[in-house]
Amino acid sequence: MKRRLLLGSAPFIAVALALGAGAVFILAIGESPLELYGIMARECFGRGYGIGQTLFKATPLILTGLAVAIGFRTGVFNIGAEGQMVLGGFAAAMAGLLPLPGPLRLAAALLAAALAGGAWGALPGLLKARFGAHEVINTMMLNFVAYALVAWMGHSVFEHATVRTATLPESAWLPRLGAFFPALHGSPANLSLLLALLAALGLHLLLFRTRLGYELRVVGSNPAAGEYGGIAPGRAQALALAISGAAAGLAGIAFVLGYKHYFELGFSAGAGFLGIAVALVGRNHPFGVVVAALFFGALSYGGLVVNQRVPKELVDALQGLVILFAIATQQVMERLARRLA
Amino acid sequence: MSAPPPPRPQPSPAASPAPAIALEGITRRFGPLIANQDVSLNLAPGEVHGLVGENGAGKTTLMRVLCGLLPPDSGTIRIDGRPARFRNPAEAMRAGLGMVHQHFLLVDRMTVAENVVLGREPHAALGGFRRADAERDVAALAERVRLPVRVSAPVAALSVGEQQRVEILKALYHGARVLVLDEPTAVLTPQEVDELFAVLRELRDRGTSLVLITHKLAEVKALADRITVMRAGRHVGGGPAAELSTERLAELMVGRSVPPLGARADRAPGPPLLEVADLSVRDARGLEAVRGIHFDVRAGEIVGIAGVEGNGQQELIEAIAGLTPTARGRLTLAGRPLSGRSAREHTRAGLAHIPGDRLRRGMVADMTLAENMALGRQREPALGRGPFLGPGTLTAFARPLLERFDVRPPEPGRLGRQLSGGNQQKLVVARELSRGAPVVLAAHPTRGVDLGAVAAIHARLLAERDAGRAVLLLSSELSEILALSDRILVMYEGRIVHETTPAATDERTLGLFMAGRGNGGGS
Amino acid sequence: MMELLLFVAAALRISVPYTLAAVGASFSERSGVINIGLEGTMLNGALAYTLGAWFTGDPWMGVASAVAAGLATAALHALVTIGFRADQITAGLGINLLSAGLTKFVLTEVFHSSSNSPRVEGLPEWPAFGAAGIPALGPVLGTPLVLMTAGVVVAGGWLAFRSTFGLRLTAIGERPEAAAALGLSVARHRTLGVLISGALAGLAGAWLASEQHSFTDSMTGGRGYIALAAMIVGRWSPAGAAAACLLFGAAEALQISLQGSGFPGELLQMLPYLVTMLALVGLIGRATPPRAVGVPYDPERLG
Repeated sequence: MKRRLLLGSAPFIAVALALGAGAVFILAIGESPLELYGIMARECFGRGYGIGQTLFKATPLILTGLAVAIGFRTGVFNIGAEGQMVLGGFAAAMAGLLPLPGPLRLAAALLAAALAGGAWGALPGLLKARFGAHEVINTMMLNFVAYALVAWMGHSVFEHATVRTATLPESAWLPRLGAFFPALHGSPANLSLLLALLAALGLHLLLFRTRLGYELRVVGSNPAAGEYGGIAPGRAQALALAISGAAAGLAGIAFVLGYKHYFELGFSAGAGFLGIAVALVGRNHPFGVVVAALFFGALSYGGLVVNQRVPKELVDALQGLVILFAIATQQVMERLARRLA
Repeated sequence: MSAPPPPRPQPSPAASPAPAIALEGITRRFGPLIANQDVSLNLAPGEVHGLVGENGAGKTTLMRVLCGLLPPDSGTIRIDGRPARFRNPAEAMRAGLGMVHQHFLLVDRMTVAENVVLGREPHAALGGFRRADAERDVAALAERVRLPVRVSAPVAALSVGEQQRVEILKALYHGARVLVLDEPTAVLTPQEVDELFAVLRELRDRGTSLVLITHKLAEVKALADRITVMRAGRHVGGGPAAELSTERLAELMVGRSVPPLGARADRAPGPPLLEVADLSVRDARGLEAVRGIHFDVRAGEIVGIAGVEGNGQQELIEAIAGLTPTARGRLTLAGRPLSGRSAREHTRAGLAHIPGDRLRRGMVADMTLAENMALGRQREPALGRGPFLGPGTLTAFARPLLERFDVRPPEPGRLGRQLSGGNQQKLVVARELSRGAPVVLAAHPTRGVDLGAVAAIHARLLAERDAGRAVLLLSSELSEILALSDRILVMYEGRIVHETTPAATDERTLGLFMAGRGNGGGS
Repeated sequence: MMELLLFVAAALRISVPYTLAAVGASFSERSGVINIGLEGTMLNGALAYTLGAWFTGDPWMGVASAVAAGLATAALHALVTIGFRADQITAGLGINLLSAGLTKFVLTEVFHSSSNSPRVEGLPEWPAFGAAGIPALGPVLGTPLVLMTAGVVVAGGWLAFRSTFGLRLTAIGERPEAAAALGLSVARHRTLGVLISGALAGLAGAWLASEQHSFTDSMTGGRGYIALAAMIVGRWSPAGAAAACLLFGAAEALQISLQGSGFPGELLQMLPYLVTMLALVGLIGRATPPRAVGVPYDPERLG
């Protein structure tokens, strides 16, 4: 019990330390950290529009965080969530523009996003299973290949003199949450949030209540024992990377299907890499990931809110600091737990 | 009349005499485990000292404290009477202490000479490495102490015996006058053991003190001047080697005279349940580790495989378990062929496997006992049909097994790492022997296990045999093989070189066959 | 012929930052520490050069600042991965995120623009070395950082394979327990390896800023990752990394020269990444990293 308490407190300590470091920077430019953090908190959690923005920014983070988390649980490191998200968003837009009957369009777009991302995750998974090639480098490389690939394909499909596709027909739009919750009116928060939450629930069920999830976790913890126990580690890890990629592929739909209703180069804005921070702070647990994603989403919008007084890039720096503090505190806590055992 | 033995040569005058070592009241804990409790030991200059005890007695920990790898929690180390405190292995090395570990600390990619001189390299003014000088110096040292090695070969290309020689050279190069060897013969062929002993005698004659950590009593009696026995972290006895009989040493090691196993049911074995025909298996390097082996294990019998580690036994077991593909040959279980494609298929065909390396293969330390109990059994109907498998099901499955097989504490929510080695093994045994599988593979089933658990596991294996199952036992403890087996097979260099029964043989004969020197074997 | 020489000169110039970073990275990895934070380190170096050159007017002060910034970033990486023994890849990603945000933050605060700094001095040419007579290649050879890069490659090769430091580093990257048992400090050597990679990555950043005469947001553009890729393709040796960097530099030069010709430059952009993936799969010979790379060293585990 004590062990769980120690380890569970690590993310909170890390966040506190990062906010503290951020406070130092804010002071350095002559502003008041308490005041600014206060404004951010009020905006992101107090006002309807702000809550909507927080939810909107958190949605892709939930999915990329889940993607990274399920990878970690199976012992693979997916740094390719960014590329998978880009390809997923592009595929969603392309599918959404197909001449299909109304309701099928949305379904096709969602399916395309998941499949494209899933394939892009399965590829390094297969390379690892078959050749033992380390997935860290491969997934990272594939990010860049994805950017280049989409830019290249964009030459033929983008609107003239832009870097975006045509706008999708309305049957492929995900409705705004403002339509259901008047308080959120005007914010970009949309139904993709529901999808993200369902994904979190689904992955929780998968990992902790199914046979497959059990096998994935065994491989993540001790692949040799997994092999002994009748599980093929290579296959399990490839499958995990495919699921991971599919989740990351779906991360793009908040923007592509629910907000702007088209695909645009650069729309992902680092959500794939941020998913790593989300997974870390959420301790690779689907529910933790949701909470962490909400935090990072709030941080992201909050930065915009106070941009006049503090450059919003400080938030990016804070995100990096959270990662560094999180892994350091985790080590400290683990060592403490071991000593007290 | 035989000539009198030649006088022991005096150590060369240039070499400084080995220091006298005294360990006083050493205590060292790892969390709740007390590895050394108030242990004292004296080592005279030029003495060969045997440090004996079972696995887990604390011998290696004590020597690691001496050689600066671990600080003691309390106690004093004295070198020539003066107290010494070592903060790292380098300081111990400077005092003349060197250790050859059980698992060699060699860099495979580097050459012998590079490995030996690492840390005290001959170098030029700006830090350039003088490779030719290094090779020359190492070759000269090897020549002086009669330890032939190929100085410019990469360590990866060396045999195990050669690698051990490199380790010894390394300690000597770094100035060791006291050499501690941890289970040096565990991975050697009998021929290599003889060569090693010749080297050790040579070193002793040159005035180097030696500490031999081992649990092999015959060896220690052959070489040591004095012996110290440890048990459960304490110094429990010792004295001059000549005054201690093997029986007395065993008694001290074990804490009581070992009672013989209860009388075994005398029954004729049934039909063969496991048939191995012309089996060949390649090892990780692509060489044939198992070369065309034939044998059967029948229902209601225990077949024990004896052999020095590294003669193909591990590859054999892994092939039968379905974890390694076979290069050639057939495996048949209860009349049906085994495909060799996966452990899952072999398990389903009726195989239970107690793996030799429980932490690597047998369990997942970071998962709960309930989750560990399901390892390899997660697809059995007892654990539910359909895709779902939740904590409730796992707990309900595990709890009765934990209690029945006396795993302590029998709490399904505990983590595997929180159990002692013996209880971890009992969990693995519980899981495997409750399958009711007709064929049981037991590899090193009592390695690193405390005595109480050993007796329990032996009883369970006998019970399986009495229930009509076929048990294949692999062990490096001849006493275990002799106590449990109905039939004994000896493996040497990938082949079965001898078949016998416990009544018709003894440890000495088995040892000869294990060395490849049975009738008709080498010189 | 002239075209070819010009092409070679362009490839050389482009490969300078890659080579510096890749050689540095090879030292970090040889000691067992994966440094994915090169991208952020390079960015910090570029900003530091700009600040140094802006405030003092002296490009060499800019270079010194860049190296200092690289060392500082590396020190942070070492603290987290060696001091706290945290996961090296995640630490590197964290540093990249931190650097991206921090550099933009400083850029906005100091220069009041969120995208670029004002113009600063670049490094001077050294005509004596250039032997201005040599067509096309003359100016390149006369560029100080190009010469320094060549020097770094040669010195790096000597350090890695012919010095006692290199021998110890190899041992620590392969089997840290073996080195520790002989009294070598794993932490100290690994820290040195990481610091070397930081200093050289910082220098690479200085080159970028000097060539461009300014700092722009995200100007490293993924070069840090390409440098890592080159190190892998070059099999963790300084000379091999340099060769791979030349290859990638040539590909990039080719892509630039083909711009506007209708040939999809994106395909060439993908080249370094695809080549790296092929190397990992073993199609361009097996690439095996140092055995203990990526694993934090815990001295308590042996005892």
